[in-house]
Amino acid sequence: MSEQIGVLQGSAGELEARARRLRRLILDTVHRAGMGHTGGSLSEVEILVALYFRVLRNIDPERPERPDRDRFILSKGHASAGLYAALALRGYFPESLLEGYDELGSPLQAHPDMGRAPGIDISTGSLGQGLSCGVGMALAAQLRPELGGFRTFVLLGDGELQEGQVWEAAEYAGALRLPGIVAVVDCNGVQLSAPTGPSLAPERIADRWRAFGWESSVVAGHDLGALVPALEAARHGAGSGPVALVARTVKGRGVSFMEGRCEWHGKAPNDEEYARAIGEVGG
Amino acid sequence: MKAPGIAQREAFGAALVEMADRHPEMVVLDPDVCSSTRTSLFRAAYPGRFYAMGIAEANAVCAAAGMASCGLVPWVSAFAVFLACRAADQIRVSVAHSGLPVKLNGSYGGLPSGRGGATHSAIEDLAVMRSMPGMTVLAPADAAEARAMAELAMAIPGPAYLRTMRCELPDLFGPAWRPELGRAVELAPGRDLAILAEGMMSARALEAAAILARGGISARVLHFGTIKPFDAEAASRAARDCGLLVTVENHARSGGLGSAACEAVAEASPCRVLRLGFPDAFLESGEDEAIFAKHGLTPGSIAASAKNALRDTEWRDACGSP
Repeated sequence: MSEQIGVLQGSAGELEARARRLRRLILDTVHRAGMGHTGGSLSEVEILVALYFRVLRNIDPERPERPDRDRFILSKGHASAGLYAALALRGYFPESLLEGYDELGSPLQAHPDMGRAPGIDISTGSLGQGLSCGVGMALAAQLRPELGGFRTFVLLGDGELQEGQVWEAAEYAGALRLPGIVAVVDCNGVQLSAPTGPSLAPERIADRWRAFGWESSVVAGHDLGALVPALEAARHGAGSGPVALVARTVKGRGVSFMEGRCEWHGKAPNDEEYARAIGEVGG
Repeated sequence: MKAPGIAQREAFGAALVEMADRHPEMVVLDPDVCSSTRTSLFRAAYPGRFYAMGIAEANAVCAAAGMASCGLVPWVSAFAVFLACRAADQIRVSVAHSGLPVKLNGSYGGLPSGRGGATHSAIEDLAVMRSMPGMTVLAPADAAEARAMAELAMAIPGPAYLRTMRCELPDLFGPAWRPELGRAVELAPGRDLAILAEGMMSARALEAAAILARGGISARVLHFGTIKPFDAEAASRAARDCGLLVTVENHARSGGLGSAACEAVAEASPCRVLRLGFPDAFLESGEDEAIFAKHGLTPGSIAASAKNALRDTEWRDACGSP
């Protein structure tokens, strides 16, 4: 059987090395730019590595517009440093492009812009819209069999679930048992100005998705050994209806003085903090 | 006024059905108003390409963006006020910023809102949609133009907003009419003043011009079926030729046709502009015509306002005052 494009083989150790490298690229990117959402980019690292190096089918950096590719939407678009680093690592553009992050004229805008950067399936930046866009993509996959029954993965923040539109989309897809869509919640427990609180505990979030008619489970969001099979199972399960995976993560994961701290939601490290941080993450 | 023709919503609904075979990529999304906006006609003819989205405009607009990113050309047809205001951010980010070919039908545009009162009268939709980069904004005058502009919207590579009316409107254009994007149409020649109108108000502008003609005033009537891109050249030419513009719109006086005209002539050919439309206030319940009359938007009131403005302008010119 020929290997499917987009599913790279490799040992668990290799994936973990990629995760370390991704953290390093995120820290380089936000430190150089002097801005960026460091905490939420570090919490999504393993999810991005699992998707871009194992789970997403038919993605091709040489042909980012390939019609039958699985789609990925970063609904929490402010964590763009993580996505850009993942795309660079996967070969969509050279790592040197990360140096222009958020600069005038750069394709790597502060929030992902499908008109400027390769590999962005839809522009995001206003929280709450990505799941609806994903529902539209899943409807298109259903209507047009020539697109090969691709899957759409939407990565949401846990704080983002406070946006009502998320539940408009959840209600629509759940009521319809819409196939082809997987929501992944980066449940890092911290939003801009405060912890997210008990109503957004991972199990409560999973219950909510189930109430809306989605299959849902909680997974350890930094354990690639658990995350890859969970995402694969979600991809498979999405063949018969919508699936939500709630990933239990840590904001600022990998850097001791950033972990679980609100202040690292939207801040870049200074020179001294950067030096300490890259020492901790390796990569 | 001439005998009423068919309503734009009927023409729009029929146009979707008529275009469907020629545009297999076209789909229709409905936030539960299909019997009002007449996309029910499309639902009956092409049920597999019709999506009942429930009462959730924001989700419908972004779902349409997702579909458009996969090669479909979706229409979202809803009440104008809930598209332009409730789903403004979704249109701004997921549709306009992404530059995707989502087509928006703002049904029940302006006042004739089925007696919905303040909450249902869309008198700011043109202002909102005009402010979106890359958005084409269309305000057809009658049923024939609504149908033709639905076609025009499909031919545009990016997003478009097509404003249609609920009520029956007099026919201005025949079925063969093919409007040109971004081009105002001269409905009547004139030299003393020019009336610039959009949508359903163009028929009223023509009637106002006829009233003025009986009083010896020659009024040019320009119909702006495209609000954006705005035909600045036609407005500026009218300003140079006539020296007084009167804008008439089924919309607030700020942000719509009158604002677009002022912006255009202020930069090219400054002249006096009298803007007729709704004030900076919410509308209220009542018969449509009673509300139009209250705000000076009947043909007779338009003519009277234009005549007063012309006298005032001539008096000031004669005195040499600014």
